[in-house]
Amino acid sequence: MVAGADKLPVGAHYGLRDWLSQRVTAIVITLYSALVLGIVLWHGGLDYATFRTLFAGNAFRVGTFLFMASLGWHAWVGMRNILMDYAKPYGLRLMLEIVVVCLLVAYGGWTIAVLWGQS
Amino acid sequence: MAAADRPVDKPRPVYLNAFAIRQPLPAIVSILHRISGTLLFLAGIPLLLWGVQRSLRSPEDFAAVIAPLGTPLGKLVFLVLAWCYLYHLLAGLRHLALDVHVGVRLAPARASAALVLVLSILLALIVAVRLW
Repeated sequence: MVAGADKLPVGAHYGLRDWLSQRVTAIVITLYSALVLGIVLWHGGLDYATFRTLFAGNAFRVGTFLFMASLGWHAWVGMRNILMDYAKPYGLRLMLEIVVVCLLVAYGGWTIAVLWGQS
Repeated sequence: MAAADRPVDKPRPVYLNAFAIRQPLPAIVSILHRISGTLLFLAGIPLLLWGVQRSLRSPEDFAAVIAPLGTPLGKLVFLVLAWCYLYHLLAGLRHLALDVHVGVRLAPARASAALVLVLSILLALIVAVRLW
């Protein structure tokens, strides 16, 4: 064995995790979109009563929450990759990353309020 | 003076202006994937949350959320975000195909890039026809 071959290369070691999570979350988002499209087509459009009944179901609420969680994770990996490529000064990049994280947390809280904040 | 006679020690032009280089089709598809994703994150998600939240309140609120779709600006915003979503989805599916080594050679990669662009525009046209 070559000396040093057992050593880990440098890096933050999140490459594979991010690559995989980006694809898994993308599939979750696609499946949820297909489900919603199917429901809308099944009802031949969407009126208030149908919409309200749909969101009254706990299964749909949990499914929507999983969708939004996937969306947030997917957006984080994507936005961070974009910032790593174009926002070169560390201070600027950190600031923009903090903005993205704040938005993600806000979207998360908002999602819970939408799903469980009204009867 | 012939080109070969010119001194070579003068600074050579470094030509890396992304806006002046003719980008290959897969590069255009890639940058649009990023732009559409950013727009969906900054505008798409908050609009979606606002729309679902308000439209669940009452039949009047439901109507109020749909009402902007009757104005030219509302239609335009909806159309742009719908295209972003459709385009991002199609470009993502292309990415998944490339991941499993489908269409990684140059010619198929160019063809699938063109397909993503054309399909997203066709689907957006269907949305536009339904809107107007």
